[in-house]
Order: sequence, then C-alpha cells, then structure tokens
Amino acid sequence: MGNHTITSRTPGVFYHRPSPDADPYVTEGSSVAEGDTVGLVEVMKTFHEVKADAAGTVARFLVENEDEVTIGQDLVELET
Amino acid sequence: MTLRSVLVANRGEIALRVVRACRELGVRAVAVYSDADASAAHVRMADDAVHLGKSAASKSYLNEEAVLEAARSAGVDAIHPGYGFLSERPGFAAAVEEAGLVFVGPPSSVIATMGDKAAARAVARSAGVPVVPGSDEVSSADEAVAAAGEVGYPVLVKASAGGGGRGIRPAGSADELRTVVAEAQREAASAFGSDKVYLERALQGPKHVEVQVLADTHGTVVHCWERECSLQRRRQKILEEAPAPGLDPSVRSALCDAAARLAREVGYVGAGTVEFLVEGSGDAAEFFFIEMNTRIQVEHPVTEWVTGLDLVAEQLRIASGDPLSVAQDDIACRGASIEFRVNAEDPDQDFLPSPGTVEALELPGGPGVRVDTALMAGDAVPPFYDSLVAKLSVWAPTREQALARGRRALAEYRVDGLPTTIGLHRRLLDEPAVVDGGYDITTLETWLAGRSP
Repeated sequence: MGNHTITSRTPGVFYHRPSPDADPYVTEGSSVAEGDTVGLVEVMKTFHEVKADAAGTVARFLVENEDEVTIGQDLVELET
Repeated sequence: MTLRSVLVANRGEIALRVVRACRELGVRAVAVYSDADASAAHVRMADDAVHLGKSAASKSYLNEEAVLEAARSAGVDAIHPGYGFLSERPGFAAAVEEAGLVFVGPPSSVIATMGDKAAARAVARSAGVPVVPGSDEVSSADEAVAAAGEVGYPVLVKASAGGGGRGIRPAGSADELRTVVAEAQREAASAFGSDKVYLERALQGPKHVEVQVLADTHGTVVHCWERECSLQRRRQKILEEAPAPGLDPSVRSALCDAAARLAREVGYVGAGTVEFLVEGSGDAAEFFFIEMNTRIQVEHPVTEWVTGLDLVAEQLRIASGDPLSVAQDDIACRGASIEFRVNAEDPDQDFLPSPGTVEALELPGGPGVRVDTALMAGDAVPPFYDSLVAKLSVWAPTREQALARGRRALAEYRVDGLPTTIGLHRRLLDEPAVVDGGYDITTLETWLAGRSP
C-alpha cells in the first residue's frame, strides 16, 4: 500500500462533477483504474478532464469543488 | 447625456473600451474586478473600481448579486454589460431594471425573446425576414423523414436544447436520416437532458454575414451596414471584415433592410447584431436569419472604421434617452476594414488555451491601425476567462490596401511569453481564399485540417 497524488496539468478552476447537476466523477473511497476521469479543470472556458495516472482508491480530495488551481497543484490523493 | 455614472460589468479589452467611451462623454466609469484582475488596465483606467470576488468567473463577473451590489455601493445610474458574462441574461437585465438602474442594452423582454430560438424565428417571419428552412420538433424517425420532405435535403439534425454548435448531425437522405435521428436523440438525451430534436436545411458553403443595428428610445432604427465573419473555428470567429467582399449591392441592400425591419418588429433598443447565413453568389445569393445578438459585439471596430461612428458612445446616448446622433442617410460605408482576434491560444497545439505572463510586448501602430487590448507588458493572462486578449483592426481606402496594411501591422506585432494567434493571421493573409474574399464558414477548418500532420 502506498500513496499517489494526481496533479493538475493546467491552471484553472477544478470541478468534482461533469456538470453542476451531475453526480461527482468519484468520491472518497471510490476505486479508480488508470485513465479514469476524477475531475475537470476549466481553463479559458474550455474543459479538460483530469485522469488518474495510477490505479487505486480515492483517499481524499486536496481541493474543493470550484477551487482555483495552479499548474502542478495536488488535486486527489490515491491509496495504491 | 443624462447618465452621470456607469458600472462597467466586464473585464479585459471590452471593459476598457467602455471606460474610454464614458470618459470621452464625461460620464464617471466605475470598473469591477476579481482577485485576478486587481491591477488590470480596465481597473487602473476607470474613475473608480469595486471588487467583486474570487477569480473564477462564477464568483465574480458572472455573480449577478455581486454586480448589483457593486452598482448600489458605487451609486451609478446604469450598468454596461459589455459582451459575454451577464450581457444576454434576461433575468439580470430585469434585476437591473427593478433596481431602478438603466441596463445599457435592450429591455429584458427583448433579450428573452431573441434568446429563444423559436421565438426569434417567429419574430423574423412576422417581419418578413427569411429564416433557414426548418421543422418543428420531431420525436421519431418517421416524423423526421416526413418533415425532411418539406425542409429539403441535405438536412442538419439539431438538439432543441443544444447550442454553440453542439449536438448537430448532417443527413443527406431519408435512409441516413433514420439512423442519424436515433443517434441524435440518444446523444441529446444524455448531453442536454432532453431528446427533442429538429431539422434544418444544410446550406451549401454559406457565408456568415451580420448587420449592425442601432435603435433609440424614440423609435428610430438604423443599420450600420454589414460585417463578413465567416472565418471561424468551432463557431468562434477569428477574423472579421467590413464591408463583406463580393456581396452583390442589391442583396446587401435587402439584407441590411431586413435587419432593421427585424429590430423594429421586436421593439429593439440599443446596439445589436442580426446574423445571417448567405448562400450562393451574385444577385442570386439568398440570405437567411440565424440569430440576433442583443449586445455590443467583439468585432464592432470594423463597423466603426467604415462608418466613422462610435458605437459604444451611441449605446450610452441611447441609454440616456437621447436620440441617435445620426440618421440612416448619414451612415456611409467608406473603405475597408479587417479585424484580427489575438487569442492566448497555441494554433500549433490545436488551439490549446495558453495562460501565462507577457514578458515583452510591441504593439503595431501607424496610419489606419487600432489595437483594442487591456493586456500590457508584465501582465498575466489569467486562466479563468475568455482567451481573447487583443483585437488588431486596420482600415484603408480599398480592401487590397487594407490587406497590405494588415500584413504590415501583424509583422510589427510582437508578444513574448505566451503563444497567440498572431502568427496564424500572418499565414491567413497569404491564403488565396482569404485574399480574394471568397471564403465561407467551412474554409478555416478545412485549411487547418490540411495543415495538421
């Protein structure tokens, strides 16, 4: 068991869900495979999916929904 | 001018444009800003400024309550929404009206009507303005095939709840339509929460031509001629010009009259743009209404160049209850103008948005050159807003000279620190379809696809 952190590839605004009325992509305790979408970052009115770059279980979110994020910022911690 | 102070509810180049118009008219301009824009040019150049909230647009420029509170605390008479953000929200315009302030734009009821596709088409029909042939909503393949018989193939299947180019599929025959309607309904249900679709005739190689109108509160409506805006990528305009090259004089006259008629029909007030698709050429060209934008438009400078009008000043005059400064017969279209949108995007990486910091900046100048920008050397381009950072526009007595002036100005323009679309414009001005003005709404995407490895 180890920990892995998913980081943001662009600056922007982080979202937990694909649209305001939709369910979140993942919640704490969700298991994810490599390549699964775990969030969304909006940059200049375009949306970029945040993909898990490892498999594991979502331990916790390191940013809140609609938080401003910088490039390289830690977003989601996985237990691998 | 009865307006004494205006809240400029926007950011970037258009906020600065409105601030400048206010200052020239002796109107106090109050800017608003988010955390990211605390030291932005539109704030520095305004008479006063009010902080709205955090950087995300939803927490600042899109936060209706925060903008209304800023207007109250600043004691302004009016709110100018610019374009984008709150400019075409009928609910916001109504809230401004209810607060006893002037919304610089049409009445909220007109924004609501023109923002509804079906209602806008109905207005066009009753004004005798042609619309793209289309059907009512269809709910099955059989209904779609029956409707297509009237509309005429090829058709586009569009999601009723879609917009901005999303949820559109072409079909060339009844067999193809059956498959496409089923797919479109499934996609629309999951993307938009409604499986309602309708059909529209797919026009062949259409041009996007739009007409600027102005209407005052005394019932005067004028048009300020047209703009050609067909060079688009994903429905985003990149280069616009006035007048529209190659447009037959009789078609042009009918098009501009139709736009003014439509504005009159809906009881329009303020500056607005009536958008059309034009199919065919010469005096056989046909035009069809697509939508009306009930606000000032990004590409308004090309109209200002060829008419000599100050459209933002006219908006403020109209909002004051004053009559238009000009009559229709006084509005001539002189020479040719081209606008180049400078976006913080990388054309070599599929137009990836590219926020960053401007390390060095050299702006073009000289005769017939205008730059609208709020981005100065040392400024950061934040990731939270639209990628448009500047508009270069040029004017010359002829289109050929305007093209030459555009090439010269683009060669002078230098932005270091982040990729922009300046280089793309330099290449576009060497393309035969751009030089001869024969381009249509498919030209740019076809050309970009051909350049890709």
